[in-house]
Amino acid sequence: MVKLNGVAIQGYGGYVPRYRIKAEEIGRLWGREKQELPIEEKAIAGLDEDSVTMAVEAARIAIRRAGIDPKRIGAIHVGSESKPYAVKPTGTIVAEAIGAGQNILAADLEFACKAGTEAIQLITGLVESGRIEYGLAIGADTAQGRPGDALEYTAASGAAALLIGRLTDDAVASIEAWNSYVTDTPDFWRREGENYPSHAARFTGQPAYFKHILGSINELLNGDGYSIKDIDHFVFHQPNVKFPLAVAKALRLEREKVSAGLISGFLGNPYSATSLLGLVKVLDEARPGDLILLASFGSGAGSDAYILRVLDGIVEKRERAPKLKDFIERKIYIDYASYARFRGKLRLR
Amino acid sequence: MRVSRHWRNKLFRYRLVGWRCVSCGAFHYSKPLVCKRCGSREFREVELPKTGKLLAYTMVKIAPKDFKDKAPYLVGLVELDDGTKILGQLTDFTKEELKEGARVEAVLRKIREDGENGIIEYGFKFRPEIHHPP
Amino acid sequence: MGKVYVAGVGLTKIGEHWDKGLEQLMVEAALKALDDSGLSRVNSIYVGNMAGEFLQEQAHLGAIIAEDLGMVGTPAYRVEAANASGAAAIHAGALEIASGRADAVLVIGGEKLSDGLIEEVSSALLMGERQEYEGFMGADFYSINALLYKLYMRRYEVKDDLIAVFPMLSHKHAKGVAHAQYPFEVSLEKILSSPYISEPLRRFEVSGVGDGAAAIVLIGEELKSKIKTPKTELYISSATDFMTPFEREDPLRFQSLGVAVNKVLDEAKVDRGDVDLIEVHDATSIMAAISLESSGFAEPGESGRLAMRGEFDLGGRLPYNTFGGLKARGNPFGATGVYQVAELHLQLTGRAGKNQVDSPRVGMAQSLGGVGATAIVTLLKAV
Ligand SMILES: [Zn+2]
Repeated sequence: MVKLNGVAIQGYGGYVPRYRIKAEEIGRLWGREKQELPIEEKAIAGLDEDSVTMAVEAARIAIRRAGIDPKRIGAIHVGSESKPYAVKPTGTIVAEAIGAGQNILAADLEFACKAGTEAIQLITGLVESGRIEYGLAIGADTAQGRPGDALEYTAASGAAALLIGRLTDDAVASIEAWNSYVTDTPDFWRREGENYPSHAARFTGQPAYFKHILGSINELLNGDGYSIKDIDHFVFHQPNVKFPLAVAKALRLEREKVSAGLISGFLGNPYSATSLLGLVKVLDEARPGDLILLASFGSGAGSDAYILRVLDGIVEKRERAPKLKDFIERKIYIDYASYARFRGKLRLR
Repeated sequence: MRVSRHWRNKLFRYRLVGWRCVSCGAFHYSKPLVCKRCGSREFREVELPKTGKLLAYTMVKIAPKDFKDKAPYLVGLVELDDGTKILGQLTDFTKEELKEGARVEAVLRKIREDGENGIIEYGFKFRPEIHHPP
Repeated sequence: MGKVYVAGVGLTKIGEHWDKGLEQLMVEAALKALDDSGLSRVNSIYVGNMAGEFLQEQAHLGAIIAEDLGMVGTPAYRVEAANASGAAAIHAGALEIASGRADAVLVIGGEKLSDGLIEEVSSALLMGERQEYEGFMGADFYSINALLYKLYMRRYEVKDDLIAVFPMLSHKHAKGVAHAQYPFEVSLEKILSSPYISEPLRRFEVSGVGDGAAAIVLIGEELKSKIKTPKTELYISSATDFMTPFEREDPLRFQSLGVAVNKVLDEAKVDRGDVDLIEVHDATSIMAAISLESSGFAEPGESGRLAMRGEFDLGGRLPYNTFGGLKARGNPFGATGVYQVAELHLQLTGRAGKNQVDSPRVGMAQSLGGVGATAIVTLLKAV
């Protein structure tokens, strides 16, 4: 466990695209019954959206909340496994679109579903060391799932951004501690040039998701200062509805400590954005003084865990921009045909 | 080549940044040498407001070739909150929301792609404004 | 400035000429015009064409047409002003006659749209707007017209029938016209039940895709007395406006057109009321309505009612698009402005056949580039 010093979230933003497809509609094609489906519905990026546009949406909201001049941002790290360009940074497009300066660090990250929480680590390091004043940590994905594969029911679209700076009186939440836990575990991967990821089915569970999430949380809580019962909200990566609840059970958590951060049942799993969107939802609802434990999971495999303490600044700042609820509620249902077209599964050329 | 043309215009396309004539206030989306309205040669860079209202809209069904894979799509005439009138595509609208006078906000979207190998040209489109307390 | 006369015209039928290239269509029209005039040589050739560089990947049409006409050595240029390219070529040719540098000029307008797919024709038309603005927005020509249509209906509190009446009128006048692309009548009901191309603009309210070429021979005072063929006297003026209608003081007024009309009336010393027939740029129904109102032939918001009352019929107060206009005769972009003037010439020389207007003395042709950013107005007087 590493304790952080004087670093805080100054603004945060979550973005969920407007379109939803019911898992039932996907199941209709592949002969699945309702009780076999891992979630209720998932969010789908529109025809004109990708991880770049969603990252920009989330970043713009985070900046509005922070109320700072984007020229003060010194670094932008975007975590994604669905970059629209295999080669050409997402971070530079985000930087220009939000009006950041040019003497900044922009770098993209990839670590399956945990690239977004990695970005937090890099940004906090830069802020803590005094190399930058503010930095943006973004997770954004238009998650791909092969038609007919189990992943197709959950692979979703969304983005979340945290604007991180020095700890001040009006900060949203301080970032107090961090741990990361990685091993070489090939539970899920996508080879270069492939359109869809592959996975090792049930092997993604125990040796991958559970081992790494619990591994990083246990180490985080091993140090002095934090115990499970002090923590008010837990946010886990959630590839489906069952997995995060199983982690809660393993940690013997009361249901209300995890419920605020659960999104996959109605938004699906937007990969790099998933655990961050859970955090955004918790921040929308938390009270000053609350302690939050965030634990991501990225296949391949690893988990980043953080302890955050909600501060007084959240009360005013969260009202400055749309909340996740606003995006969750403005949904438009689409059928599989539109879904196929929006997500490029329909060959037009 | 489309690349340099897009790159030159990216500030307007990404952030509605352009140039306003110091003497008559006319907006120019790329840096002019002479004001199109009054002939003045003095300008200041401005970032237009991102919100406004929809004055009129229509749907493009038979699109120019660069937009064929995006059709049908909506095009609207928007009056931004500072009074600037601007054309743009509309996105994420439901039938019920598509009304003259509707509040809209500019968001970044993919406008067109130069085939599967070419660059993606991002730019603003207008969607229904998401309300939140000021 | 010397006087300019039209001394011969030539038209090809507008349609899908699969077996003819752009150059052949232009040469065909040019030879007809030369034969009509009785001349075999001219001092200069002006070619109006909008989309050749895009649809045929062919520039340098001046020299090409000179060669194909067997006139190598004759100066020849292409003139471009979007959909008004043909009229712009006439303007250029007329200026050379008026200046005294030339005594005979051949003006040819030609376009071959069938060489493009429908989305390519749409792209070609969009090239008449700013590529960096409307082009990037995907706001094609028809969508801009549709927005104007909505603003018009709202401001004047009229329904679409008072706008769709113009294509009906054009079709009525095209009936049986040999060179027209759509030589048949279309009822208002049929127009108003055709599918939207861009709501509220319907498929039957916009000109179609066709190939065609038209040519005219212009001469000066010196040749006038030597040539026996029927002639008309030509005046031409032009003006521009902001590219985007929504940046104009009033998007529902083509100021360029108003200015050009006043200039040409002034130069020809003709009153608006003396104009006996008019060719209007009805690329869309709404452009026809706005054109008539911008040029003072109808009060704002009133043109549709005048049309309904029959004022623009062949036998009406101001016969309109007497061979079918852009809508029914056809609109091969760069050729259109030349067709208009050639048709006026046929009317004023009493050679309009069953479409002949009763002994007209003055005719006006309005050609627009883009959505009115260029306006070129030609006035012909009987001699
Ligand atoms: Zn000015």
